[in-house]
Amino acid sequence: MKSIRNFLAAAGLSVVLTPAYAGQVEVLHWWTSGGEAKAMGVLKEMMEEQGHTWKDFAVAGGGGEAAMTVLKTRAVSGNPPAAAQIKGLDIQEWAKLGFLTSLDDVAEDAKWDEALPPVVAKTSKYEGDYVSVPINVHRVNWLWANPDVFEKAGVDVPQTLDEFFTAADKLKKADVIPLAHGGQAWQDATVFEAIALAVLGPKDFSAAFVDHDMDVLSGSKMVEALTKFHRIRDYIDPNSVGRDWNVATKMVINGDAAMQIMGDWAKGEFTAAGMVAGEDYLCVPAPGTEGSFTFNIDSLAMFKLNDEEDEKAQKDLARTILEPEFQTVFNKAKGSIPVRTDMDISGFDSCAQAAMESFKTTSDNGQLIPSLAHGMATTSAVQGQVFDVITNFFNTPDADPKTTAERFASAVQSAL
Amino acid sequence: MAQLGAVSQSTPRHSRVRLTQRLQHWLPKLALAPTGVMALVGIYGFMIWTGILSFTGSTFLPSYEFVGFDQYARLLGNDRWLTACTNLAIFGGLFITLCLVIGCFLAVLLDQRIRNEGVIRTIYLYPLALSMIVTGAVWQWILNPSLGLEKLMHDWGWTSFQFDWLTDPEMVIYTIVIAAVWQASGFVMALFLAGLRGIDPAIINAARVDGAGMPRIYLRIVLPAMRPVFFSSVMVLAHIAIKSFDLVTAMTAGGPGYASDLPALFMYSFTFTRGQMGLGAASSILMLGMLLAILVPYLYSELRGQRNG
Repeated sequence: MKSIRNFLAAAGLSVVLTPAYAGQVEVLHWWTSGGEAKAMGVLKEMMEEQGHTWKDFAVAGGGGEAAMTVLKTRAVSGNPPAAAQIKGLDIQEWAKLGFLTSLDDVAEDAKWDEALPPVVAKTSKYEGDYVSVPINVHRVNWLWANPDVFEKAGVDVPQTLDEFFTAADKLKKADVIPLAHGGQAWQDATVFEAIALAVLGPKDFSAAFVDHDMDVLSGSKMVEALTKFHRIRDYIDPNSVGRDWNVATKMVINGDAAMQIMGDWAKGEFTAAGMVAGEDYLCVPAPGTEGSFTFNIDSLAMFKLNDEEDEKAQKDLARTILEPEFQTVFNKAKGSIPVRTDMDISGFDSCAQAAMESFKTTSDNGQLIPSLAHGMATTSAVQGQVFDVITNFFNTPDADPKTTAERFASAVQSAL
Repeated sequence: MAQLGAVSQSTPRHSRVRLTQRLQHWLPKLALAPTGVMALVGIYGFMIWTGILSFTGSTFLPSYEFVGFDQYARLLGNDRWLTACTNLAIFGGLFITLCLVIGCFLAVLLDQRIRNEGVIRTIYLYPLALSMIVTGAVWQWILNPSLGLEKLMHDWGWTSFQFDWLTDPEMVIYTIVIAAVWQASGFVMALFLAGLRGIDPAIINAARVDGAGMPRIYLRIVLPAMRPVFFSSVMVLAHIAIKSFDLVTAMTAGGPGYASDLPALFMYSFTFTRGQMGLGAASSILMLGMLLAILVPYLYSELRGQRNG
């Protein structure tokens, strides 16, 4: 009996005395493709260096639909992971339901408020408290171009929408597909977003899709944006239906198509094909959106946990994510840029550097725009309705922009 | 058994027999109980729960803040839902009719005591062994203009050949019918063949003696006798049509735009990816309604038929 008690005491003591033992962090994410998985591996290593146990909880499936279903089940049964990849306004929804924990002590220690642009900080907070950690920033309004194709057709890479249409006509005559596109709702929305931003301007774009101003949603400028968006149909190939974005990127890489409007995750495809930014492929702001920056931020939302050690590990995780070291390694692997504006990014490629510069200036002058196509501007309910209108309009050959603009307003209204 | 036990008068044996007897009485019920409970909870329980959710403002987790018929009103005002229902009407109507016509025709042909019937029957029946998702993937390749049939024809030199229904918002729903009919008509054929084999050859011979030709015999005598087979086929096909999900997912994912959306796809997307559980629940209740609208009259006619017969 005595020996057992001694043993237990010793065991208990050893737990207390071993400094290496700490909590476990379980992270739900869907970064399972090559570069993404590598980027997550870095985070795992850094956590293990701090003595915590990393439990990977990766659920494959690009859009994270499967992951969300698992997360809901776990959260409802009272056993959520420490952190989960949740985006945009869905963070607010989770926080509103009381699932998320406050990270304010970490944020204060690490001075997040100084490092993050206010717009980014706002998306990570619920009622003034940090409940999630932004990991990276993707710029969505990029135009990717194959310079060889442009040279052969004798046109310049377009800067404005008008130039885009003239260039596209010439490219079409030169027998290349002017714009590589994948006909999926979110890709239709990505292209629409770039055109709407060019036509409406950052202020009206935000009024329409962030504040849901009905007058702007159904207004004449929106009709113009839709008309131009519909014109794009002439410059994509008829087989685009259901095509994945990376297949479309391959078309630009191979020279079958001249351009693609897509976020900077497309860079991964170019890099994998052994191409160098600025030489073998070009990145310019989507036509007419020079000076604006549509962002798509990945975040890890932090759930309320019961175990004190796990909580500590969770806080360490939050702190580690925003440290410049991790930001550098992760974003280089993922093709995005760091969320901190106070970092040295001289080691990044030229597209990332251009993005960072634009990110800094736009976060100062208010032209930093949340992406509609990637769930940063509005809730998934409104976003879904808007997607339906966009994709239906784009896929109907004789659709009327005017009634569509009105349907925008009624669709948004019904989802609010 | 009970009498035997009583006669022997031996107490242990008596109780054993009573135990066996009890067991015999309870065993079937015990064995069925788990299934019964599972069915009650898993089917009817969730049906009721979905019904309740459809009256709430649930977003991405269930909540119990009741909003009356709001979700139904929103659903009926949703363009995409209307498209999905129209598509279901087109898809369901064509799918059921074509499967019945083709299946029945094949069965009649196979019924002519031809050689190698077994082989042919297997060939026609076997598409059913593939899951809908595989069927969808295969047909998606065949019908995709840049991969399949159209490209093949172009490569062979027939460059004016055009078959791009899969990417044409007006035609895409008909394309899905092609794949679905390919999958299910063999099954209908098997059902009809079994039915045809159940018909007494004496009747056919009698008709033949009376001078009726084969087409006439089939149209006037054999097919009318197949009413029960006809009804069960319609039931099964209607089920397949209404719950149809994987085929569309694999072939078009509801696209282009949402031109080939079906109610089941709509329900999944709103409940699970868009965080509008209330609206999704309302749509599934309406789907249940559609199913009942077919099922109830059928069951009614069947049960009444039994009582009369």
